[in-house]
Amino acid sequence: MNIWLIAPILIPLATAIVLLLCGSRIAIQRVISVVGALALLVAGVFLLSEVWQHGVQAVQIGNWAAPFGITIVADLLSAIMILVTGFVGVSVALYALANIDGRREKFGFYAFYHFLLMGVCGAFLTGDLFNLYVWFEVMLMASFVLLALGGERAQMGGAVKYVTLNLLSSLLFLMAIGILYGKVGTLNMADLAVKLGDTGQSDLVMTSAMMLLIAFGIKAGLFPLFFWLPASYHTPPIAVSAVFAGLLTKVGVYALIRVFTLIFTQDVGYTHTIILVLSGFTMVTGVLGAAAQFEIRRILSFHIISQIGYMTMGLALLTPAALAASVFYLFHHIIVKTNLFLIGGVVEHLKGSSQLKKIGSLYRDYPLLAFLFLIPALSLGGIPPLSGFFAKFALVKAGLAIEEFAIIAVALAVGILTLYSMTKIWAEAFWKTDPSETRQTTPVIKPIPVLLLLPVVLMATATVLIGLSPHPLFEITLEAADQLLNKTAYIEAVLGK
Amino acid sequence: METILAFVIGGLVAMGIYMVLRRSIVKLIFGLLLLGQAANLLIFTAAGLTRANAPLIKEGTEALQTPYADPLPQALVLTAIVISFGVLAFAMVLMHRAYETIHTDDLDELKGAVQ
Repeated sequence: MNIWLIAPILIPLATAIVLLLCGSRIAIQRVISVVGALALLVAGVFLLSEVWQHGVQAVQIGNWAAPFGITIVADLLSAIMILVTGFVGVSVALYALANIDGRREKFGFYAFYHFLLMGVCGAFLTGDLFNLYVWFEVMLMASFVLLALGGERAQMGGAVKYVTLNLLSSLLFLMAIGILYGKVGTLNMADLAVKLGDTGQSDLVMTSAMMLLIAFGIKAGLFPLFFWLPASYHTPPIAVSAVFAGLLTKVGVYALIRVFTLIFTQDVGYTHTIILVLSGFTMVTGVLGAAAQFEIRRILSFHIISQIGYMTMGLALLTPAALAASVFYLFHHIIVKTNLFLIGGVVEHLKGSSQLKKIGSLYRDYPLLAFLFLIPALSLGGIPPLSGFFAKFALVKAGLAIEEFAIIAVALAVGILTLYSMTKIWAEAFWKTDPSETRQTTPVIKPIPVLLLLPVVLMATATVLIGLSPHPLFEITLEAADQLLNKTAYIEAVLGK
Repeated sequence: METILAFVIGGLVAMGIYMVLRRSIVKLIFGLLLLGQAANLLIFTAAGLTRANAPLIKEGTEALQTPYADPLPQALVLTAIVISFGVLAFAMVLMHRAYETIHTDDLDELKGAVQ
């Protein structure tokens, strides 16, 4: 039995339980929280190296043979996602130490944070559709609590919308599972792939496929199902927003990629064309929504949506190069987006507001912060030599190879509009003079807490490193795409030869 | 039997969606509850209803006695019931807390609260 496969689930679980046992001893909780997140990152590194060396790995829980028991399986896509989850986990755990107030800490913030990480890792690793539903619920429960913890007025409003729409999506997911089970008689994903693969009767499967598309689409924030996202993501403390923005919607994207490469490939012309059209609309509506906003976190929330479109675009094109670009995009985007939210939090900490109209002078007073903002912002817009450039470049190149010119035009235009939003934040928050300043007063320069700055530096470094040498990551993502498209490795790992 | 259940499920979904679309927070919860029940019944029905033996191998025999009921959908439904119970309990507390903070159970007035 391969210990690195279940470690990403066990480590956050153990951490969370120990945290709950610590009760109100906050100082110990803070240490354990960071140590637990670090352990998850280490597990992610080992898992990736294991899968890279020995191919797809699977563990049958309780030794029940594959289609009957619960399978935990890691291919390269899962391993990459676990690794980046660990990285985000560590960064946000550090940031939370300075960002989360004492009252929230006392009500178990750290424990729920690790339950959330456990749910996310479980969803990435499971090989069973119903089990995926259970992990979604674990993740959702933790996210509900994190979103509502603190009970501020704005939080309540956001939480009601978030909870309702996510519950609806879970119910749709559950109904799709029921119908699928009725038709096929199995819920193990590898087994589903085998049983549905050679039927050729796509119309029977289509109801389940479309219901899953809607259910995962709500989670991922696809057009036209994304309205809960900008209505709730700006309300909780910034550490919570950041981890939601980085990870939660990407679990939806991961589920879409998994299901629409492994199980539903009977009628690609139909399903993947729908995904392609949705991707285009997602990009455009997200970026236009962002253009209309004047609050940093709301702008960034709308950009999550528009970027989701790029990731599903790679899925929709369904060539090895496009899927690899999609996985690359996922990896780059999680880091960049989390980082932008964290920087938004630093701005809020320094200026007491993130309304662009009310703040300014950040470039003059905090040049280091301005520099750190530029890295993820330009990367999001796709400026070389940062990670975002290579992600977009790979997608566009993959699109050109199969002559999908319309979607490429949309992707490039949206890239420019993304840059417009980033320049808006730059011009308003960093460049213009703070409107509250008068000529007589000297500006107050607060020190930036190290714990707020360290995660930002870590993530910016990662962005630059990926940008400077994208080759290793490309190699891994290409191999991951190969595993996704040639299902045999996955199926053999789960069901045996 | 399947036909009757299909209508029951359809009715539950219709009622659930109607309730979710109402403006009252309490009715929203009822709507989610009804939809949850519809989903459970759907799994149960879609997996096939059998009026036959329990899926247990009798003493002294080697295999199941056909026709036997499929135990998996029942396990799925049980899990789903437990999860939806927990989630709805949380949702109720949340809605109550929202009511206390915002002093209204009208969802339209939440809009102002989020700004």
